[in-house]
Amino acid sequence: MAVPNARGARVELSGWGWKHAGRAAHALRGVDLVVEPGERVLLLGASGAGKSTLLHALAGLTGPDSAIGGDQEGMLRVDGEPASRGRGGVGLVAQDPEAQLVMARAGDDVAFGLENLGVARGEIWPRVERALAEVGFPYGLRHSTGALSGGEKQRLVIAGALAMRPRLLLLDEPTANLDPVGAALVRDLLARLLVESEATLVLVEHRVADVMDLVDRVVVVEPGGGVIADGAPAKVFAEHGRSLAEQGVWVPGEEPAPNPSPAPGGAPVLAAEGVIARTPFQLGVRAAPARTVLEDVDLTVSAGTVTALTGPNGAGKSTLLTLLAGLSKPHRGRVVPCGPLAEVDRRPLARWPARRLARHVGTVFQHAEDQFVTAEVRDELRFAPLRAGLGEAEIESRVGELMERLRLTHLAHVHPYTLSGGEKRRLSVATALSSGPAHAPDVLALDEPTFGQDTRTWAELVELLADLRTQGRAITMATHDRLLLRNLTDVRVRVADGRAVPVAAGRADEEDV
Amino acid sequence: MGIDTDLGRTGGLRGFLGRIKDGILAEFKAWRTVDIVVAAVIGAAVGVVFWLWGVVWTITGPLFVLFPPAQAILYGVWLLPGVLGGLIIRRSGAAVLTSITAASVSALLGSQWGITVVLEGAMQGLLPELVFLLFLYRRWGMGVAALAGAAAAISPAIRDAVVYYATWPLSHQLVYGVLVLISSALIAGVGGRLLTTALARSGALAPFPSAKG
Amino acid sequence: MSTGPRLTGLNPAAKLIAALGIGIALVPAVDVVTGGIVLAAVLLCVPFSGVDRRTLLILTGPFLLMGLSSATVNYLYGEQGLEGAIGVAVRLLAIALPGLLAAITSDPTDMADGLVQRLKVPERPAMGVLAALRLIPLLADQWRTITLARRARGLEAGYNPLSVVRLFFGRLFALLVRSIRIGTLLATAMDARAFGTGPRTHARVSRWRAADTLLLIGAALLLVVAYTTSARLGTLVLLFS
Repeated sequence: MAVPNARGARVELSGWGWKHAGRAAHALRGVDLVVEPGERVLLLGASGAGKSTLLHALAGLTGPDSAIGGDQEGMLRVDGEPASRGRGGVGLVAQDPEAQLVMARAGDDVAFGLENLGVARGEIWPRVERALAEVGFPYGLRHSTGALSGGEKQRLVIAGALAMRPRLLLLDEPTANLDPVGAALVRDLLARLLVESEATLVLVEHRVADVMDLVDRVVVVEPGGGVIADGAPAKVFAEHGRSLAEQGVWVPGEEPAPNPSPAPGGAPVLAAEGVIARTPFQLGVRAAPARTVLEDVDLTVSAGTVTALTGPNGAGKSTLLTLLAGLSKPHRGRVVPCGPLAEVDRRPLARWPARRLARHVGTVFQHAEDQFVTAEVRDELRFAPLRAGLGEAEIESRVGELMERLRLTHLAHVHPYTLSGGEKRRLSVATALSSGPAHAPDVLALDEPTFGQDTRTWAELVELLADLRTQGRAITMATHDRLLLRNLTDVRVRVADGRAVPVAAGRADEEDV
Repeated sequence: MGIDTDLGRTGGLRGFLGRIKDGILAEFKAWRTVDIVVAAVIGAAVGVVFWLWGVVWTITGPLFVLFPPAQAILYGVWLLPGVLGGLIIRRSGAAVLTSITAASVSALLGSQWGITVVLEGAMQGLLPELVFLLFLYRRWGMGVAALAGAAAAISPAIRDAVVYYATWPLSHQLVYGVLVLISSALIAGVGGRLLTTALARSGALAPFPSAKG
Repeated sequence: MSTGPRLTGLNPAAKLIAALGIGIALVPAVDVVTGGIVLAAVLLCVPFSGVDRRTLLILTGPFLLMGLSSATVNYLYGEQGLEGAIGVAVRLLAIALPGLLAAITSDPTDMADGLVQRLKVPERPAMGVLAALRLIPLLADQWRTITLARRARGLEAGYNPLSVVRLFFGRLFALLVRSIRIGTLLATAMDARAFGTGPRTHARVSRWRAADTLLLIGAALLLVVAYTTSARLGTLVLLFS
C-alpha cells in the first residue's frame, strides 16, 4: 500500500450475530471482538462457522440491498461507524479471481473501483499504475484479464482493492482456488505488502501453515457461536491446535497421517498410445486457433496402483485425465483398454457407449456439482445401478452401503447442490463408485480430489482410495496436493510442455508440483 | 423483495397506471447489483449455449429450407432468456436485460446478424416483460410463464414473416407464426418455469424472491 | 465512408446507430435494387473495416448461406418467383451486413463506454452486461465440462429426440446453477468495490469525432440514394404492396 494516509481501521464487534435469510440457526452469535488499527488477524473456525459472513459484514456487503440477506444483531463498527461499502475504506479479496475481475483489460479493472468511488479521471490512472506496480503486475494496462494465470488474476484483484486505499483489508482464502505456483505468488505479494502497509488485516484461511508469517493474532470462532479463542498464534495453537485439527482445519503439526495398506499392483488396464491432444474449440470468430497441449503421450495405467498426474496448471493434466477416462477423443492416437477391460470392449475408450464406460471407468470431476444429474442424494446414487438394470433389493443395499461408507445417510433426501463442499466431494466419489459392477468401477479417474477439502474429508478420501487400490482398482488422479502424493501415490507422472514423463519415486516430494 | 408490498393493493386501472409510473422508476433504482449481474450472467450463459448451438443451426439450417415448419417448432429455445430472466430475478426490466445480454454474446462472438441481434434481443425481452408487468410482477406461475413465452415469440414471428419469408402467402406466414408462438409458449414458457423451479430447489436462487419456487 | 478512417477506429455508438438505422430503414423495400445498392455500398466498406482476413472468411460462410437459404425458401414457397426470392435475399444481407461490421469492429468495453457516455444508456445495467460478457470463456469451458460429466455418468442422448431434449435441459440447468453462483460472487465483488454507491466517474472517455457524425450522414445518404434510385427506375417494391 505505501500510501501516506493509509492508517489502519479499528474494528469493533459486540454481541454481534448473523442469521442467513431462510435459515433457522445463526451462522454466528454473540461475537465480541476488537481489532486495533494495524493488527493482522487470522480468523479460524470449522467450515460453516460464518467466517466469510463476518468478512462480508465488515465490508458492508450484508443486508437488504446486497446479495447476502439475513438478520443482524448486536453491534459492528469500523472506525466507530456501521460498516458501509460506499466509502471505500475496506478492501475485500475473495477466493475465486474469476468471479472478482470485472473488466476485460487489466488497467480498466483496477480503475473500476475508483470510478465507483467517483475519483476524478486525472487521479484514476496514476493510482491504477501505482497499484499495479505495488503488486508487481508484469503486463501493461491494456493486457487482457482473460489471458492471465490464476495467480496473476488474483494479484490483479488485490491491485483493484489496493487502488481504493483500504484501511481495512479483508482476505477470504485468497489462495484457495490457485495452484501451488499461483498461491506462492499471492502469498509472497501479501508478505511484502504487509511489511509496508499500516492497514488492518483480517484473514480467513484453512491452510494455516501458509499464512502463519502474515499474522500476529489468531481468533477462533465457533459455528453458531462467538469467539472461543483469541491470542498470539503460538499460544492459540498450543491450546486449541488439536481441537481445530479435529474440526477440519489444517493446523501445522496436526496434519492427518493416514496409514494406507500397501499397493498390491497389477497388470495394465489402460494404455494411452501416441496421444496428441489440442485445446478445445474456442468460441467466437476471433478466437485463437487450437493449440496442441499434449504431444505424443504414451502411458499405461495399472490395476492396484495409484497413478498421479502432476504439473503446472494448463499443462494438460485434466485433458490427459479426461482422455484416460474415455470421456473425450484425442486429436491423434488412442486410449485403449488392456487385459480384462479389453474383454469388455476392444475398441478405444472414447468409442465406448456412455453406459458401458460408466460401468467400468468412474470419473470424479474437480467441481463435484458438474456430475450431479438428479435432485436428491439418494437418487444420485440409485441412478447408475438403476440404469444398469439391477434389482430393487440390490440397488437399495448398494446405495445404503455407499451412503453409510461416505457418511451421507442423514442427507439421503437433500438436494445434491445444497450440500457443503466436503459432502459434495464425498457424494461425487460415491456416484463414481455406484456405477461399477462390483461396488466400484475398474478404473477411477479423479481430478484434484482433495482440492479445498478440510482434514476430515481429506483423510476419509485417502482411506477410501487406498481401500480401492487394495481391491485392485486402478486409480488415476490429477493433483497438486503434496500430502496426497506423499501418502497415496505409486506412480507419478509429470505433465508439462506437452509431455507426460514418469518421475522417479525418490524425488517426488522435493520437486514443485 | 419490495416488489409485492403495498403497490398491488391499489386495484383498477388507476392503480395499474400509477404503478407503471412510479413503480418502474423506483424499481430501477432499487435493483441490487446481484439482480443486475445475475440477470446478465444468465443471459451470457444461455447466449454461449446458443452460439454453440447456432453453429449447428447454421449447418443444419439449409435442411429446414425444404420444410420450414420444422424450424418453427424448435424456435422456442431461442426465446428462453427473457422469460427465464424475468422468472428468476423478478424485477421489472430483468427479462429485457437477460435477453439483451444473451443477444450481445452472439454479436460479440460473431453472428451473421452482427449488432442487429441486440435489437432483436431487446424485443424478445420486452414482450415477456410486458406480460409480467400485466400481472404487476406478482404472478410467476406456469400460465404467466407460458403467456410470456408466447409473447416473446411475437417479435421473431413478425420479423421472420417480414424479413425472411417476405414473398410467402399470408396463410403460410400465419401458420409459421402460430407454430413459433406455440413452440415458444412450451419451450421458453413452460421450460423456463420448470427450469426456475429446479434452480430454486438447488438452492442457487437464495438471493432472489424466486428461491421459494 | 470508404475514404474515412477505419471502422475499428469509430465510436461504437455511431456504428450501432448507423447499422440499426440501415437495418430498420430497409425493411419496407423488398426489391433487388434498393437492397442491392445498400449491400454493394456496404460491401465496398469491408476492405476498409480494419478486420483481419481470417475473421472475414469465417463469417462469409454463414452469411452467404443465410442469403442462399432465404432465397430458396422464398422461391419454393413464395408467390413472387425467382426475382422476388432474390430480392428478399439481397435485402436480408443488406440488413445484416452493417450490423455484422459494427459488431466485429467494436470492442465490448468501448461499446459500453459509448453507450453510457454518448447515448446515455443506464450505467449500472451496462456495466453488469459488460462484466457478464467477460465470463464467456469460463461459461464455455463449463459447458464442455458438463457435457463430459454427463458421459462419465453414462448419459448420452443417442438418437431419441426426447432424450436429446431432456439431456439438453439437464445440461442447461447445471450451467445455470454455476452461472448464478458465479454471478452472485461477482456481484458481491463489485459491491465490495463500491459499485452503485454513488455517481461514477469515467476512467475512459468515449470520444465522438467528426468521422462519427460523417458515418451517420453517410448512412442516411446511402438510404436516400438507394430508395430514390429504385423509385426512379420504377423497381421499388414495398412490403405488402
